[in-house]
Amino acid sequence: MTAISDRRQLAYIAAQAADARVNVELEAEGMTLNIGPQHPATHGTLRIVARLDGEQVIEADPVMGYMHRGYEKLTEVRTYPQVTTLINRIDWLGSFANEVPFILAAEQLMDIEAPPRARHIRTIFFEMARIANITLFLGDMGVQLGAVSPIFYAFRDREHILNQIESATGGRFHPNFDRIGGVKDDLPAGWIAETKQSLDRIRSFCDEMEDLLVGNEIFQARCRGIGVIPADIGLSYGLSGANIRASGVDWDIRRDNPHPGLAYPDVDWKVWTHPDGDSFARYWVRLQEVRESCSIVEQLLDSIPSGPIMAKVPRIIKVPEGEAYVETENPLGIMGYYVVSQGGLEPFRVKIRSASFSNMSISPWLLKGTYVPDVITILASLYFILGDIDR
Amino acid sequence: MGLVESGKLPKPLTALLNTSRKYSLWVYQWGLACCAIEMGAAFGSPRYDVMRLGVIPLPASPRQADLVVVSGTVTDKMAPSIRRLYEQMPEPKYVISMGSCANCGGPYWDSYSVTKGVDQLIPVDVYVPGCPPRPEALLEGIVLLQELIQNEDMAEKWKGDPLALGS
Repeated sequence: MTAISDRRQLAYIAAQAADARVNVELEAEGMTLNIGPQHPATHGTLRIVARLDGEQVIEADPVMGYMHRGYEKLTEVRTYPQVTTLINRIDWLGSFANEVPFILAAEQLMDIEAPPRARHIRTIFFEMARIANITLFLGDMGVQLGAVSPIFYAFRDREHILNQIESATGGRFHPNFDRIGGVKDDLPAGWIAETKQSLDRIRSFCDEMEDLLVGNEIFQARCRGIGVIPADIGLSYGLSGANIRASGVDWDIRRDNPHPGLAYPDVDWKVWTHPDGDSFARYWVRLQEVRESCSIVEQLLDSIPSGPIMAKVPRIIKVPEGEAYVETENPLGIMGYYVVSQGGLEPFRVKIRSASFSNMSISPWLLKGTYVPDVITILASLYFILGDIDR
Repeated sequence: MGLVESGKLPKPLTALLNTSRKYSLWVYQWGLACCAIEMGAAFGSPRYDVMRLGVIPLPASPRQADLVVVSGTVTDKMAPSIRRLYEQMPEPKYVISMGSCANCGGPYWDSYSVTKGVDQLIPVDVYVPGCPPRPEALLEGIVLLQELIQNEDMAEKWKGDPLALGS
C-alpha cells in the first residue's frame, strides 16, 4: 500500500516538475490575453486586458470608454423634457427606469408632486422595465456557459412585456413616458388584463429557467463557489442591487428609503438575499427578483387609483435655482442623478451615478486568480451594461 | 473560374451566382449599443427568425462573414476597431448600418465623443433608420440588401481588379 501511495506522490511531483518546465520553456507566465472590445460575452464593448499564468489570471484590467457618449455634457445643452429622451439610452434594457430618478429630482426642485395615479403608473412601468431587463440576463447567463437555448426563451417571453410597454407608451424600447408632474398618457383600455396575462408568461418563464439552469448540474458546477464577493468587500467597492444582495446584505432602496414619488410603500413584497456571494447566488437572487417584480406589478394593477395623471405644470418648464440628488433601485443597482439648476431651461450640471460603473469596479479584484473560462461567467453574473458604465 | 476577373461572366451564370450568394449571407454581429438588443431579437429570437431569409448569424469571426451589421453608437475610440474589422472581411462584403447613431450620430449629434455616422469609416450598403429600429425594420433592410445583391453585376464590380480571395 505504501509503495502505491509513494508512487502516486512521485508521479505527482514529476507532473509538477513537468508543468514548471513547460512554463519555463513556453514562457507561459506573463502572457497577455485581450478580451474585447467587441466580444459576445461582455454585453457591449468592454475590453479586458488579462495577464495570464497558464490558464490563471494574474491581473485583469478593464478598459472602458468605448461607449462613452458624453451624457453629462450633453444634458447641459438640452431642456429638461429633452433630457429624458437622452437618458433613456443609458441602461438600454430597462429604459424607463433611467428616466424616473431624473424626473423625481426635477420635481423635487420645482416642488411639484405627481398625483397618486401617476405615481402608480410610474411604478408599474419601473417594475416592467426591471422585468424586461433581468429576463434577458436570465437567458444570457446560459449563453455564457455554453447553453444556447435559454436566450431563445428569454427573447420569446420578453417580447410580451415589451409589447405591453409599447401599447401603453408607444415606445417598444425607449418609452420616454415620464413627465415632470406625472406621466404622458393614461393606460389604454384593456391594458390591465393583458398585462396580467403577460406577467403569467414571465412567471412560467422563471419556472422554466429554474428547471433548465438552476437545477442543472453543469450550471451549478460552473457557478457555485466561483467569483465569491464577501459582503464587506462588496460594500467597500460600492456594489449595489442584486450583486450586493447576493452577498447577504439585506439592502433595497425600494423598501428601506422609498422616494415619495413612487408607490412602493403601498405594496407588499420580499427582498431576497443569498448568503453565498458567488455567481450562482447572483443568478438566483435576480431570478427571485423577477418573480417579486411580477407580484409588485400585479398588486399595483389591482390597486390603481383613479384621478388625474398630471399635476399642474407650467407649459415651459423652468426649474428654480437649487440642487437635488435622487437615487432609486434600478434593475442593475442604485442609480442616482445629482441635478444642479441655475434657474434656466437646461440643467446647469447633471452628475449621473450609474450602478454598472460601481459594480464593474470590483472586477480587477474579483478576477485575480480565477481561470479564463470563469472570467466570462463572473462578468456575466455581475451583469453590467456598457451604456451604463461609460455613459 | 477566371471569367469574373476577365469581365466575361455570362448573364445567366451571374444570376445563378447572385441568387446563391444572397441566400447564404453570413452575418457578423457588431453590436454596440441599444440596437444590439434589437438585432439580437431579430437574429436570436423565435418570433423574428432571420434564418428563413437565408441569413446565418453565427460566424465566429469577421473573416468568415459576408455581411456586417453595425448596430449602435460608434464612438471615436471604437472607430479604429471597426475599420480593422471591415478590412478583415473577405470580398465580396456588405455593410448594414442599423439605427440613427450608426447612420448619422442620432441623438448624440452634438456629442464630442461620437462618430457622426459609420459611413465616415466604411462604405455602407443599406441604412436602417430608427432609434432603435424594430427587428422587422432590420429584416426589411436585409431583404433590400438581397435585392441589391441579386441585381449586382459581378463582372462589372471587379472589372480590372483581381478577385481577392480570403484576404
